[in-house]
Amino acid sequence: MDTTAAASHDTRAGIIETRTARGNRTFLVATLVMALMFVVAPFVGVYPVFLMKALCFALYACAFNLLIGYGGLLSFGHAMFLGVAGYASAYTAKNWGFPPELAILFATALSALLGLVSGLIAIRRQGIYFAMITLALSQMIFFFCLQATSITGGEDGIQSVPRGRMLGVLDLSNTLVMYYVVLAIFLAAFLLIHRIIHSPFGNVLKTIRDNEPRAISLGYDAERYKLLAFVLSATLTGLAGATKAIVFQLASLTDVHWSMSGEVVLMTLLGGMGTIFGPVVGAFILIGMENYLASFGQWVTVITGVIFVFCVMALRKGIVGELGAWWLKRGK
Amino acid sequence: MQIFGIATQALFGQLLIGLINGAFYALLSLGLAVIFGLLNIINFTHGAQYMLGAFCAYFLLQGAGIGYWWSLLVAPIAVGILGIVIEKTMLKRLYALDHLYGLLLTFGLALVLQGVFTNYYGSSGLPYRIPDELSGGFNLGFMFLPKYRAWVIVASLIVCLATWFVIERTKLGSYLRAATENPALVQAFGINVPRMVTLTYGFGVGLAAFAGVMAAPIYQVNPQMGANLIIVVFAVVVIGGMGSIMGAIVTGFGLGVIEGLTKVFYPEASNTVIFVIMVIVLMLKPAGLFGKER
Repeated sequence: MDTTAAASHDTRAGIIETRTARGNRTFLVATLVMALMFVVAPFVGVYPVFLMKALCFALYACAFNLLIGYGGLLSFGHAMFLGVAGYASAYTAKNWGFPPELAILFATALSALLGLVSGLIAIRRQGIYFAMITLALSQMIFFFCLQATSITGGEDGIQSVPRGRMLGVLDLSNTLVMYYVVLAIFLAAFLLIHRIIHSPFGNVLKTIRDNEPRAISLGYDAERYKLLAFVLSATLTGLAGATKAIVFQLASLTDVHWSMSGEVVLMTLLGGMGTIFGPVVGAFILIGMENYLASFGQWVTVITGVIFVFCVMALRKGIVGELGAWWLKRGK
Repeated sequence: MQIFGIATQALFGQLLIGLINGAFYALLSLGLAVIFGLLNIINFTHGAQYMLGAFCAYFLLQGAGIGYWWSLLVAPIAVGILGIVIEKTMLKRLYALDHLYGLLLTFGLALVLQGVFTNYYGSSGLPYRIPDELSGGFNLGFMFLPKYRAWVIVASLIVCLATWFVIERTKLGSYLRAATENPALVQAFGINVPRMVTLTYGFGVGLAAFAGVMAAPIYQVNPQMGANLIIVVFAVVVIGGMGSIMGAIVTGFGLGVIEGLTKVFYPEASNTVIFVIMVIVLMLKPAGLFGKER
């Protein structure tokens, strides 16, 4: 990371995550408002299946943001965690008869392991190389999933995965019950990410992002911190992928494909890298767009690309980042 | 005739395919390396620009009846000019920022280009005929060598070596290498560095388009033809390290051959072998085979 990036990160960090009591209160109020909106959303006519999809992607984007926004590491291979966890939870739920909570837990753990192995490899290079290596690793996993048809079902994927009963009591075949379970998972992970960012670990991570040589000279083992951030991000991405597979009762190659890695980059960039709410906003906008523009076919890819270009050229702080900057300016 | 229990026919056949793939890996990773050297940007649009080259040749043939040989010249220039426009209007504004923004921008552009072409031409390939001069082949006794494939390998080698010569052995190349090391100082000597950067990007993109025209008769013209290829080329670049031009050429051809041989001896791994090699190289020599440690 060079200094210009560090500077822009600095201002961004200052806007959203001031560790003052006021900043903390703002976060709590905003989180409560967000949670309430999600709780009532199904009753005001928002389609729960859409909400569940958007929430899974929001969690995916938040997990990704933990790495890029606070660790300064751009991974272009996060689809491997989303996809592999999806396969793992779908496979165990369907073939081993795992209850949903165990299937998700198993898949999340597997994703953490994959994160550790790929992290150990990718962390050896930085910046652009890091992005290319993660992309190549995830492409390798993609081909593996394509060829291991006995586990993944190849082109067909794993279909009609049973949703089962959560903890033996919650019947997930009821869409509304499923929705609130997904919401609970999302909120728990969201709060966990907030906690991680504001923990001593998170502060060291931000220091490394902004000035790695200084962090090293202060005695922090930068590689270990980055690796841990990578594993945490992979784990939470796995949680998103595993939940998504149970919700849609399907695990397919789409989730391991590199375009899925690109999509999460865009969600985070659009919402605001290094802002806690940004990825959620970005995920809802993109999933909403894909939902309503589905009839346009390939044009969706074009629009996605145009938004990408627009964000890089004119909206580098993202929607939430720009709003935060505007709010601060106004307050002065 | 058999070697290691494999029919020589199959062995040499895959070796040839490996060399062809290697020729494309070399051309594309060379373009990436040239661009990266001066701009510090990984050009994600490279795959899409390779595809544009092939489409350009297709349009020239269908629309104006201009054949393969002229396309080989016109398509790289046309796509190169488009590259220059991209550099002038967009990439230029990102040099002061983190290099990752360049990656993100070119990724977005790749999506736009591939999306537009998929929309109009679907994802099935459009055929492009091998020029008459190069149809047919030679019978070498142990295998049949199609003339066109031989041409692709030779032409790619010539272009790669010419690029290497210009960059490593001429005055223009020395300016380029100097600007890679220290652009401010080179500018102070009165050399127009921004223009050199623009032209370098155009040249790198032109190389991709050149590869695209050469690929058209072999792989057909397909909007997605560059999308997966570029990821393999990234792995090639990581393996070679972007320090040297010759490194890009050698690793390109070498990995193509290794991939071809894997298809003979262990076909299941042929898609992944390059990525596996990348992992091994990263463990042993993180900077890549020809790269310099920073």
